[in-house]
Amino acid sequence: MPFEGIGASVRRKEDVRFLSGRGNYTDDINRPGQLYAVMRRSDRPHAKILGIDTAAASAAPGVVAIFTGADMAKEEIGGLPCGWQIHNKDGSPMAEPPHPVLAVGKVRHVGDPVAVVIADTKQQARDAAELISIDYQDLPSVSSTPDALATGAPLVHDEVPGNLCYDWHIGDKAVVDGVFAKAAHVVKLDLVNNRLVPNAMEPRAAIGDFDTSSGDYTLYTTSQNPHVIRLLMGAFVLHIPENKLRVVAPDVGGGFGSKIYHYAEEAIVTWASAKVRRPVKWTADRSESFMSDAHGRDHVSTAEMAVDADGKFLGLRIHTLANMGAYLSTFAPCVPTYLYATLLAGVYTTPVIYCEVKAVFTHTVPVDAYRGAGRPEATFLLERLVDCIAHDTGIDRVELRRKNFIAADAFPYQTPVALEYDSGDYQTTLRVALENSDYAGFEARRAEAAKRGKLRGIGVSTYLEACGIAPSAVVGSLGARAGLYEVANIRVHPTGSVTVFTGTHSHGQGHETTLAQLVCDQLGVPLSQVDVVHGDTAKIPFGMGTYGSRSLAVGGSAMVKAMDKIIAKGKKIAAHLMEASVEDIEFANNTFTVAGTDKSKTLTDISLAAYVPHNYPIDVLEPGLDETAFYDPKNFTFPGGCHVAEVEIDPETGVTEVINFTAVDDVGRVVNPMIVEGQIQGGVAQGIGQALLEAAIYDKSGQLMSGSMMDYTMPRADNLPNFNVATENTMCTHNPLGSKGCGEVGAIGSPPAIMNAVIDALKQFGVRHIDMPATGPKLWSIIHAGQAKMAAE
Amino acid sequence: MPQVTLTVNGKQHTVTVEGRTLLVELLREKIGLTGTHVGCDTSQCGACVVHVNGVSAKSCTMLAMQADGANVTTIEGLAAADGTLHPMQEMFREHHALQCGFCTPGMVMSAIDLVNSHPQGLTEKEIREGLEGNLCRCTGYHNIVKAIAAAAPLMHAK
Repeated sequence: MPFEGIGASVRRKEDVRFLSGRGNYTDDINRPGQLYAVMRRSDRPHAKILGIDTAAASAAPGVVAIFTGADMAKEEIGGLPCGWQIHNKDGSPMAEPPHPVLAVGKVRHVGDPVAVVIADTKQQARDAAELISIDYQDLPSVSSTPDALATGAPLVHDEVPGNLCYDWHIGDKAVVDGVFAKAAHVVKLDLVNNRLVPNAMEPRAAIGDFDTSSGDYTLYTTSQNPHVIRLLMGAFVLHIPENKLRVVAPDVGGGFGSKIYHYAEEAIVTWASAKVRRPVKWTADRSESFMSDAHGRDHVSTAEMAVDADGKFLGLRIHTLANMGAYLSTFAPCVPTYLYATLLAGVYTTPVIYCEVKAVFTHTVPVDAYRGAGRPEATFLLERLVDCIAHDTGIDRVELRRKNFIAADAFPYQTPVALEYDSGDYQTTLRVALENSDYAGFEARRAEAAKRGKLRGIGVSTYLEACGIAPSAVVGSLGARAGLYEVANIRVHPTGSVTVFTGTHSHGQGHETTLAQLVCDQLGVPLSQVDVVHGDTAKIPFGMGTYGSRSLAVGGSAMVKAMDKIIAKGKKIAAHLMEASVEDIEFANNTFTVAGTDKSKTLTDISLAAYVPHNYPIDVLEPGLDETAFYDPKNFTFPGGCHVAEVEIDPETGVTEVINFTAVDDVGRVVNPMIVEGQIQGGVAQGIGQALLEAAIYDKSGQLMSGSMMDYTMPRADNLPNFNVATENTMCTHNPLGSKGCGEVGAIGSPPAIMNAVIDALKQFGVRHIDMPATGPKLWSIIHAGQAKMAAE
Repeated sequence: MPQVTLTVNGKQHTVTVEGRTLLVELLREKIGLTGTHVGCDTSQCGACVVHVNGVSAKSCTMLAMQADGANVTTIEGLAAADGTLHPMQEMFREHHALQCGFCTPGMVMSAIDLVNSHPQGLTEKEIREGLEGNLCRCTGYHNIVKAIAAAAPLMHAK
């Protein structure tokens, strides 16, 4: 048997179907008698709905039904729920205004759905949607994060004074202020983390399919977590019990967080399907995705570090404004708090930290977790601040980092912001990254580039993140309205093949391969005889889905636990068949043996006996070999590492070219190195996109200016370099695999590495900080202002 | 309504369409070939790339009627009848050049045309520039570039 277990770069099981055009994405599914839904969305950022005239649209060809928010309100359809409650500094709960499925009374952002048209064809539905006449009374709007709190700013929700969702903090302000008062240096930095549009390549889609004979509902949807959607939509929006609602998330074309949330369209097609008694399909246009998928990031922060005369970090003080958009998306409130502020120790021994976060409503698309979620914001802030400390104090930026690292022998390490890190070795990932990037040889390359008229810079970021989310009791105490365990069902079939039913969901991560490798490893079953089933609440016992780099660390651990049960039961059957004591049975390489003898039975012998229990301990053991485990993690996991970026800027155009990008990450145990490298490469590409290209930009009137792929700059092949990716792993100490997670590290570590490199390239002009994205025009202006100033001097 | 007759993956189809029906809509909705994807509405992403008379075309940017009489190849038509993958498909698998798979059909079709149009071979820079019309959000392109570089000599050797 070829080596297919943990550590093998086996090629992916799912690839042949994707490469042959036989994937099964939501929009590929068509149900008999299916109708098509098109949303009529607000083109205003903020307006009162005075009236909706659907007469002409209703009379248009092919139209079957039109529904508005008033129709849903009549049936007491609930609003879209929020899954995390944050408490203010004074202990009171955050403001949680209603989020109607279809707008009622007011629209609050461009893209807010007002009505749905259901017709025989998509074209007919689209034509009819344009015939709906909506009488709006425009109201003033606010789209920028800092403006939301200004006195007299237009209110997004009348019941939320000052647009303040919450005013939260962590740490002891008086203690931190005391440290600042005595520090040798205080280094301050104002910075913005730019708003992004996730843009998974598959636009969202949903099909509601009501079975008129059974009264059962099925929702096919582009989701990262079908059970969560079933729970949220069933319990809070449509009031359908779980036994009557099946949610299927088939092949999903990328998520990056944006497909975690329960969206209005899912509830609309499910509800409408029962109203019209036919299946109803909705597929987003890309333009629609831009104004209805949750956006990411959008922080405005002030960061200050108190530093002693030797460069040791003494205390960190942060003030952050976080934009929630017009409504609270499913997990939005936890992103700028527990996924952000708790990461502010980073890889450093900073002893005291205070962070306050004000979350604000604006007339923009809701903001929620996007690849990294809070951790990229924390990392960008810290790693830019550390370079500014180096700039201001004159201490070398690498030495400064080394001096402040948590030592490899200091674990478990309790940070001042709640988290306890279990393992890591930051000196090693830094050292290897500097070697792999030939950091020592950089100045020669800078000089060579200068001869060609190019400005060359190098940047380093040393970071960590928290993932493998999360211990249920811990997140519950922090406001989560869900548990964050994971579930696995391992079914050994009579002839020894295995089906894994996992509550995690693969939308590019390769779980059908990686999770099958765990079975190869633990049960010794060849990869070809293992199938992984995910994404269907009718097949899988339960699950919390895939986000926060949790699938292997949490979902894989659930599998290990279920396979432990399989082996334990198998030992009992083997003991019976081989007339030995259970204590004497050993299992390895697909075989049960009696210790010290040559007696053995394969897993297939055992599974056959389990399902054909003729000679079987039937009085004391149930037939079958099928085990389920729920695994609740003991702690977060803490991947980390070092990224080094090397860039060249053309002073004539301001355009930055990434010449080299080196990542050395610690992701714990690696199951499939090929897939892990791919995950890191993809994350780095998104991070480079954030740093150099991408920005969701609202104008003063509340229109999304970068609202299509012609306006929003997605990284293309010729914007990116080859990546030099490696891992230097320490094991997670509290899960059975030792794995930490690799899905987000690339997007977390890379933006500050790129920006530190850009700023390094421009250091001759006295540049200390530039906000992302570092576009050509922005850098051109800085370079030319700098050149003019130097010429004048 | 007008009729369009075209050959798709070697099989002739005559289909009634609206004047505004796009080639991709014909392929996905009328013929049921859902391997060709729609990822945007501004001709930017390239998920919908097919070959029309042997040359890559964005099927979201072409009316179905414009394909009347054309010979169209989609991702479903690449592998041999016995399931043997095209060298480009095989190299995408070998080099882990796909993750979620959504951009993959268009990426593979573009890549094949890129290799076909460069019989003298391709530099890495030419591959990256040649993929300018195809977006991938998952891979960062690193492995796609490797896969195309590996497939090119295999295709030319055939």
